[in-house]
Formats: sequence, structure tokens, C-alpha cells
Amino acid sequence: MSTEARKPPVQIALKVRRVLGGKAGWNGVAVQFAFAAILGWIGYEIVSNARANLENQHIAAGFGFLRNNAGFDVNQTLISYTGSDTFLRVFVVGLLNTLVVSVVGIVFATVIGFIVALCRLSPNWLLSRVGEIYVEIIRNLPVLFQILFWYLAVLAALPNPRQSISLLGIVFISNRGLVIPRPIGESGFEPFLAALAVGIVGALALRIYARRALFQRGQMIRIWPYVLGLLFGLPLVTMLVFGLPFTFELPQLKGFNFAGGSRIIPEFVALTVALSTYTAAFIAEIVRAGILSVHKGQMEAGSSLGLSRGATLRLIVVPQAMRVIVPPLTNQYLNLTKNSSLAVAIGYPDLVSVFAGTSLSQTGQAIEIIAMTMGVYLLISLVTSAVMSVYGWRVSRSLGA
Amino acid sequence: MKRVTLALSLALAAGLTAQAADAQTLKTVKDRGVLSCGVSQGLPGFSSPDDKGNWTGLDVDVCRAIAAAIFDDPTKVKYVPTSAKDRFTALQSGEIDVLSRNTTWTISRDTSLGANFTGVTYYDGQGFMVKKSLKVNSALELNSASVCVQTGTTTEQNLADYFKANNMKYEVIAFGTNDETVKAYEAGRCDVFTTDQSGLYANRLKLANPNEHMVLPEIISKEPLGPMVRHGDDQWFDIVKWTLFAMVTAEELGVTSKNVDEKAKLENPELKRVLGTDGNYGEQLGLTKDWVIRMVKAVGNYGEVFDRNVGAGSPLGINRGLNNLWNKGGLQFAPPIR
Repeated sequence: MSTEARKPPVQIALKVRRVLGGKAGWNGVAVQFAFAAILGWIGYEIVSNARANLENQHIAAGFGFLRNNAGFDVNQTLISYTGSDTFLRVFVVGLLNTLVVSVVGIVFATVIGFIVALCRLSPNWLLSRVGEIYVEIIRNLPVLFQILFWYLAVLAALPNPRQSISLLGIVFISNRGLVIPRPIGESGFEPFLAALAVGIVGALALRIYARRALFQRGQMIRIWPYVLGLLFGLPLVTMLVFGLPFTFELPQLKGFNFAGGSRIIPEFVALTVALSTYTAAFIAEIVRAGILSVHKGQMEAGSSLGLSRGATLRLIVVPQAMRVIVPPLTNQYLNLTKNSSLAVAIGYPDLVSVFAGTSLSQTGQAIEIIAMTMGVYLLISLVTSAVMSVYGWRVSRSLGA
Repeated sequence: MKRVTLALSLALAAGLTAQAADAQTLKTVKDRGVLSCGVSQGLPGFSSPDDKGNWTGLDVDVCRAIAAAIFDDPTKVKYVPTSAKDRFTALQSGEIDVLSRNTTWTISRDTSLGANFTGVTYYDGQGFMVKKSLKVNSALELNSASVCVQTGTTTEQNLADYFKANNMKYEVIAFGTNDETVKAYEAGRCDVFTTDQSGLYANRLKLANPNEHMVLPEIISKEPLGPMVRHGDDQWFDIVKWTLFAMVTAEELGVTSKNVDEKAKLENPELKRVLGTDGNYGEQLGLTKDWVIRMVKAVGNYGEVFDRNVGAGSPLGINRGLNNLWNKGGLQFAPPIR
């Protein structure tokens, strides 16, 4: 005979009191409501006051301007854009430029940061001093100066397009940027892509299978020859069957500049280098702190098992350190994204430059544009922290903590 | 810059403009004891600070003339340097009383920005500057060039129009301030620097070797530059507008900073009206009868101001051209003071 535990009665009122009022009980609830009301009133006053003032001065308001023609050009667009497109499209163009510099910057900053941290922790005297000097110099200089330094240093060192540095006649470096051949899809392009996708999926599946075999049966399987075959062999075979997937359009000097090919503008390079080296200095310290937080007995245990220093770090120490590293690392990613708005100083067309800058002064609609821009940065930051939280949660879970 | 815009927008939102909406700019200025005047961040000939922080230039003299008319003291001006993209927000938010900053008069700025242009202090047009070593003689040879431009200007839009109309390709690199733009041009990031032609001559002086650069002959736009005030204060609008007209009228009548006292004693009816010995036009503006005398004594007539800052008597050496008086082949024309 089973006894069912009797459910306690639902006490909604009690729950509300505890959630909102805390220890103060119903008084606390009243205070909370009063506070919320005051906040709401302040918000309402700000909005209505601004609206009244705008009306008084006959300043146009609302988001209708987004459908107007922008009438100016942008020099790096990831989607097609001309001067006759709308301000809404300018917004998207700027947003994509901000995102691309942030993502590339974050990847580089993480890699450089980890390398520098490992240098600082290295028993090699020279390496650890170099790491220390890097961190102390880079993180103690304002990032705006570093951006200007890289921009002016990059520009000053490079020749004009007519005297550009050429690598094998296909890649050109000048103060107009780095010009590389652009791949143009041919008939064999789609089978090639499909083969590549199959190869990647197959390689991942193999890896999962191998890990399971290792953890469940203690069986080591050598998978790298198959992975190589999948990743390179398969696309190669389709190339032989269907012909070349793409040909390259070579850049050629025409008049002032290069025609054809793809170009990476120097503003992008300078901004990415400056942001990633700057943020890397902070990431290095975070990673170092994280690794030092792991008890040194772990390291000793690793070496007593006969693992090399690198393998011990990779397999034992870093996974435990990640728990400490992830939260402050998120902060650095957010900082890098927000610092990318300094791009306006060197003429990189990011969101702040083309939208909160040019579009704002063309339309004069400061409140709408600044609100949209702030909203976008908030959204990017929240999404970044959400992703990092999920990652941190998974790391903790896998350690059984 | 971003922070300035942000702060100003917040100020705008939070209703610091209440005083502006009250339409009492003159009273506010008098109470404050100083005129707050928005100028550029440094454009020789129009508004630029010297090594002691004293501002000079054509646009600066407009501010000084207004201050002289109100306070009888041209030094009672607080200069607020504004970038091209912050200038309108600064005016809208009430941080400055008048924007005198080589700003082009367009219909959209007159309407949706909530501001009014009061007149034209300088008739200009957009031009191009290139290195002589490029061996370019016309703007039509600029296909595929890289162009440096200051962001938030009419220049940026004219540029897009011109290259599109002439079916030419180009790459635009837009910078936040004038100095950054010039620096990038000098560093070789772009082949062409474009802005108003007066600005080209002024900026050429900033380059290390001005003689290695030339201004191309094409003028691709109309750029009437003038001061701006906020909507909603007609009295203040009139004061700024008639300050400029009075300077032009003074030149027309041959009244200069040196002879203004003698001219005031003459029995010429028009002179008596303008200089305030007859009628009370100054008082109708909310100023004093001798407002024109104060102004001309302090900064001179339009011709003197032009010569001293951008004309023959300055390093820029720009011809009067369109900016000559209407009866000498130019466009400067003031409605009668009567």
C-alpha cells in the first residue's frame, strides 16, 4: 500500500508576498509597487517632455526616415549597397561591419590571450618576461591611441597602389588594403560544396564515435587518416568528376586602384589588430588567474602519470580553469564589441560611424537613431553573455560541479 | 564624439530644452552675460584657435558681431567647437545660441532639423584636391579613385551624386573630424580630398608641402554657408539675420571700423537710419539704437571681415568672386534697413 504525500494547498498570496516583499512582508510589496510607479512616472515624463519639445521646435520625429534614401556611400559593405538605398539598409550595413570586426577580433583576442598567458606561466625565463612586458605595455595604453597607432603605422609603412608590394603577381598589398583574387563559382561549385559538407559532418561523427569508444571501452582508435580522406579526398574526387569548382578573378591595377579581386581595407586591419591585441592583454591575465586557480597537485599528478606538460594543461588543467575563466572572459568580449565603436576615428564604417554618425547628421533625428544604436549594442551584449553563460554552464556540468 | 552626441541627445530627451522652447534666447544670453556660439574644430580662415586659444575667422567674426551688438563687447563669446555630426544636436539641445560653422543651407536642414538659416556669410561650392604628382587635371579623370571626406556633411552626398551622374566608380573613406580626414589624405590613404572649395584652400595650408597639392577646377555643388538658430524664437532669428545684413550694408555705404564715428556725424539720411541717429530700428530688434556702430567698430564691415580672414589680407588669399557686393558683380545683397 502506497501512501501519497498530501500536496500542500496553493498559497498564491503567500508566494507573492515572499517574492516581492522579502522579509518585509506586505509592507515590502507596497514599497516595491510605489517604486515601480515612480520609475514609470519618470519614464513617462521624459518621453512626453521630449515629444513636446520636439514638437515645439518642429523637429521631425518618428522612424519614417528609415525608408528615405541615404544618398551617401560606404566603403565596406557585406551586402550590396549603393547611395540610392535606404537608411534602414545603412543600418544593416553598419551593423554587419560592427559584427564582423567584433567576431574576428574576439577570435584573435582569445587565441593571442591564451598564448600570452601560457608564455607568462612558462618556466622559460625569456618567454615569461616577454609575456609580462606585452601585458604591462598593451593594457596600460588607451585603446584609442593604439587604434590610431596601428592605422597610421600601417598606412605609413605601405606604398601607394602603383608601387604596391606584389606576391607572385596575384596578391597585392598597398595603402588601399590587401587585394586577393576573388573566387568565382563554376559548374562544379555545388557538388564541391556538398562534398565538403559531407566531409565535415563525417569527420565530426567519426570523432564522436572515437571519443565514445575511448571513454566507454577504453579503446584508442586512430581516426586522423580517415578524417583527412573525408576532408580532402572527397572534394578532390568531385573536382575530378565535375571539373573545377571555381576560377579566380585576378586583381589588376586600373587607373588609381585595383579592379577585380577582393579587398580588405586597411581600416579593418588596423581596428582588428588594435582591438584584439588590446583585449588579449586582459584575456591573458584572466587565463593566467584561471590556470593558477587550479591546484598545482593536478599538474604534478599529470606528470606523475607520464603526461607531457602540454597534454596535462590541455586535458586536465585548462578544463578546470575554464570555470574561473569564462565569466570575466565574457566581460572582455563585451568590451571588445563596445570598443569597436571607436572605429569612427579611423574611418572604418561601423554602426556608430555610418548610422549614429552620418545618418544622424543627415536626418537630424538624434533621439531615434541613438536609441536604435544603443538597443543594438545592448542586444549584441546580451546575446554574447547568454552564449557564454550556456558555455560556462556546460563546462561546470561536464566537471560534475 | 559618440559620447557628446549621446549626452546631448539625453539632454534633449530629458527636456533641458525647456528654456529654448520659451523663445527667450536674447534674455537668456543677456542673463548669462555671454553668447554661446558653435564653431568648427579648426578651419583656418573660418574658425580656428591660435596658440593662445583666441578664436579668429569669418564665422568667429559673426559671433563677435552679435556679441558686440548685444553687449557692446565682442569678447563676450563662449566658443563651443563642434564636429560636423554633433553641430545640429548642440543647437537643438540649447547648448549653443547660434551655430556659426561653415554649414551649408539646405531645405532639409531648414525643416526637419528644427533650425533656421539666417543668411549666407560665404557662397561656396564643393571641389576636389589632389596631389600634383597624380597628373590629374579634371575631376572627370577621377574614376576608381579613393576619396577622403568628413562624415555628416552635404559633401558626402554631393560626392555620391557626382560620381553616379558621371558614371564613375570610387571608394569613400569617411572620418569624424576635419583633421583626421586631412591626416589620412596626407598619409596617402586616398587620392582625393573633397570639401567646400574654401575649406580646400584652408586645409592646404595645414599640409606639410602645400605646393605639392592642387585644387581641381570643377565645382560640383552650391554650398551657401551661413549661421543657424533654433526654430521658435523669431526675435533671436531677426537679430542674427540682421547682424549679417548690417555688416553688408555697412560695406555698401563705405562705413568701416575706422571711419564709423565720422560717418555717424554726417547728414546723410540713409547713414543716419543705419547708424541709429535717426529711427529706432535697433530697439525694435531688442537691441540699442547704436547696434550697427557697436558692431562695425568691433569687427568691421563685411568686406573688412572677408579680407582679414579669407581674402587678400589673409594667408588664404581667396578672391571675393561670388562674395562681392551685388553691385560689384557678386551675390552679397542686404535688404534695406528702413
